[in-house]
Amino acid sequence: MSLLEVRGLSIDYVREDGTALHAVEDVGFTLDEGRSLGLVGESGCGKTTVILGILRLLPAQGRIVSGEVLYKGADLLSLSEGEMRKYRWKHLSIVFQGAMNALNPVRRVGDQIADAIKLHMIANDSREIEARVDQLLDMVGITPRMSRHYPHQYSGGMRQRAMIAMALACSPDLLIADEPTTALDVMIQAQILELLQNLQRKLALSIIIVTHDLGVVAEMCDDVLVMYGGRTAEYASVDTIFNEAQHPYTQRLLQAFPDIANPSSNLAFIPGHPPPLDMLPPGCRFEPRCHRKQGICAVQTPTLEAIRPNHYVACPFWVDN
Amino acid sequence: MQRSDYLIRKVLFGLVTLAVVVGFNFFLFRILPGDPVKSIARSPRLTQEAREKLRIEFGLDKPVFLDVERLGKGDVIGAFDTQFTAYVSALAHGNLGISFRSRRAVSEVLAERVWRTVVLVAAGEMLALVLGTALGLISAWRRGTRVDMGILLWALFCWGLPTFFLGIILLILAQGLLPVGGMVTPGLKPENGWAYWSDVGKHLILPTLTMAIIYTSAYILIMRSSVMEVLSEDYILTAKAKGMSTFRILGSEALKNAILPMVTMIALNLAYTVGGAIQVETVFSWPGIGRLMYEAVTMRDYPVLQGTFLLLAVAVIAANLAADILYSMLDPRVKAG
Amino acid sequence: MQQLEEIWRAFLRKPMGIVGLIMLLAVVFVALSAPWLAPYNPKEKIDVEPGDLLAPPDAEHLLGRDDAGKDVLSQLIYGARVSLTVGFVASFMSMVIGTTMGLIAGYRGGRIDHLSMRLVDFLLVIPVLPLMLVLISIWGRGLWKIILVIGLLGWTITARLVRSQVLSIKERRYILRARAVGASHYRIATRHVFPQVLPLVLAQAVLAVSDAIIAESSLSFLGLGDPMLVSWGMMLNFAFERAISRRAWWFLLPPGFAIVWVSVGLILIGSTLEEIVNPSLKSHHLFDPRQMMARFEGMAPKTPAPDASTGVETERSG
Repeated sequence: MSLLEVRGLSIDYVREDGTALHAVEDVGFTLDEGRSLGLVGESGCGKTTVILGILRLLPAQGRIVSGEVLYKGADLLSLSEGEMRKYRWKHLSIVFQGAMNALNPVRRVGDQIADAIKLHMIANDSREIEARVDQLLDMVGITPRMSRHYPHQYSGGMRQRAMIAMALACSPDLLIADEPTTALDVMIQAQILELLQNLQRKLALSIIIVTHDLGVVAEMCDDVLVMYGGRTAEYASVDTIFNEAQHPYTQRLLQAFPDIANPSSNLAFIPGHPPPLDMLPPGCRFEPRCHRKQGICAVQTPTLEAIRPNHYVACPFWVDN
Repeated sequence: MQRSDYLIRKVLFGLVTLAVVVGFNFFLFRILPGDPVKSIARSPRLTQEAREKLRIEFGLDKPVFLDVERLGKGDVIGAFDTQFTAYVSALAHGNLGISFRSRRAVSEVLAERVWRTVVLVAAGEMLALVLGTALGLISAWRRGTRVDMGILLWALFCWGLPTFFLGIILLILAQGLLPVGGMVTPGLKPENGWAYWSDVGKHLILPTLTMAIIYTSAYILIMRSSVMEVLSEDYILTAKAKGMSTFRILGSEALKNAILPMVTMIALNLAYTVGGAIQVETVFSWPGIGRLMYEAVTMRDYPVLQGTFLLLAVAVIAANLAADILYSMLDPRVKAG
Repeated sequence: MQQLEEIWRAFLRKPMGIVGLIMLLAVVFVALSAPWLAPYNPKEKIDVEPGDLLAPPDAEHLLGRDDAGKDVLSQLIYGARVSLTVGFVASFMSMVIGTTMGLIAGYRGGRIDHLSMRLVDFLLVIPVLPLMLVLISIWGRGLWKIILVIGLLGWTITARLVRSQVLSIKERRYILRARAVGASHYRIATRHVFPQVLPLVLAQAVLAVSDAIIAESSLSFLGLGDPMLVSWGMMLNFAFERAISRRAWWFLLPPGFAIVWVSVGLILIGSTLEEIVNPSLKSHHLFDPRQMMARFEGMAPKTPAPDASTGVETERSG
């Protein structure tokens, strides 16, 4: 049994006038223990919505309209809120994008980490809790003394690391990282990635990384799910994606990504913008910007097909066809 | 920002404000048309003795602010031998003049009555704070529901309710149920022990309730917007992701952050609260300094008016300073560091 | 101006604001048509018998008579004039002062800004009603004195709000462009900045009218109203103690209710305007989590209608 299996997840956002925007449609993937998945796409493609949906942390206008989220076989979407809370953090935790305000500014960092420990009863004794907090901070490279300090006294990179430490407080099986390196400078980015990799190895952690940066994906992930306009474009292992991508969008993404082996090759860019959610094209979402489109693409939404074992593409005109 | 810097600035500002208030208080009563002190000083209602006392104390034969003549002669120290200096030095000795009406020292009258107002305001504020915080929190949490609408409309309604009128309404409603005037039933004295104090307590109910209702509405509105802001912050989502229940989040994460702006608002609000106290004490004949001010206005007892105003202004300034200090202790972003 | 039109249209969509407007218009109507509406001249000297004092309502005096035997209803109707006059004029004064101060402070910045804000801080710490009491006591009673005192003390919060808005507008593109073209500061302030600030000031102005009316009524109640005029606060001034013991509710309640009516009407209008000009947050992270699970029929409660009619975010106190 896989650790996490998402099937047919569809999420809408309801607007003030009552109409629904289809932010995510029919997304699914499987994640085994110890593996990592990269959720890739441009801003607004729905990747953050997917992970918020998995944890049932959508904003007020969000609605999960269909799907299953099977964590070790149990469908998280069928739980009551109270039951769901028991899964949060203890089994699945999350590190949010831009840890600027993700920590409470008027409470000490150590206390906020201790909260998680106390809440899920990892430890009860105050000395045990303190020891665990120190251990966690140490694990991410922060001197334990800093636990008495407040978030505003931490640097940006430190805050991100503290968030990671906090996310690991209850030894979860799955860690979700939403754009863990965005808004950090390059040196810190590398540090954070290295940290995540080490932690994954040490703790046999499964990770889902949401990012628009293919470099991060290449470093960290075993599998990749490329999203576009709320739907899956392509889903395969990282090697397959980087070497044998079939979906036109994936191919363009890769072209836009600088290749260190061939630094002089032209950086491609994809003309146009991703479709606004309230004006989705009737057929394939990528059709307006696609370089291989055909007549039928504007009319018929392609379905996700397994063209090979463990390689899914949502395009009838994939290359080797 | 450095906490010590912050505090020093606030203290300095408080002192400057105080100085300006003192000066303002002085000039108000001397410069405006119908200089009351001078005219009253000639009033036959005072005894010769009292008049002489006033004359000397307030140096009514001396120039008001600066003796230009003496300054011209090079006598700098002497140039300040004026009414203003006399006033300030009297003030420094705790001398606020003599009441025209009762012929007692103003400071004595104030000292006698001030605690009654303090009790009233403190009780009213505490009740308003508890209710206002709770209702504001609920209103923000349940934003958009009927509960929110109800609380909001109630708060808006109370905002349009003059304090004295609410007092009158409560008086009418409570006729027969609760005592409707004064502080204590005639005859009872502190020596009567519990009987006295419980009687005072009964007399305190309606005035306190009036104040509380009016000021709860202000706190509801402030707390509501503060909590709304806090609940939209990222760290609340983090807390939710951690598996905290809504109640826990409200209590441990949200409340602390939302209360911070309240601290300064409560102190600022005090400038209006004392106005409410004056009205409430008048309606309920509660013998505090609010009522004293009303009586002084009616009787044209200017020294009392002046002294009470000064006392109230000082109290509000001091309260604001205290609130600033408290705020700096509560918000770690202002701590030394 | 186009912006004002937009605000008006948005206003018409908010029931709370419309209710407030109706309430206000009713009072304006009463005030304007007082000479025709009131059954008696409120200042008319009438022969009274002892039984007439604080007499309960009857066919000739729908709201009974006051402690001097005069008709309460007529006083009530004429009282509207005083309240509205004081309210609007004092508010206008406060707005002019506050907006000017805020514009100058925000636009010029530097020492002028610093000094102005210190002045505002200073005034905010002075207890308001006691100050008004002192000023009127010394200066004397009279309608214009009251208007001036209220008007001169009510500008502080507006100044602060205008200033902060100006600060945020100052660096916008169109301002910089105007400067590049060589427009004078005065021109920029009046032609470009002020129109942006106007909606905010409008909302504040309405709320200020309500504040002024309440302030006037409090001053009148405490005995400092214009003795020549009938004002709602004054109606409650002297005899309220006697009226309470006589349970003369017809004398005590109407003026107070009138004050509440007009104030609440104004507050509803002002809050609605404020919400339009400065929309508040409508949702947060702690809403009912069940509504997320639309998958389950009947489990998700209806979405609470996004705020169509309420909402006020203010820092006002008092």
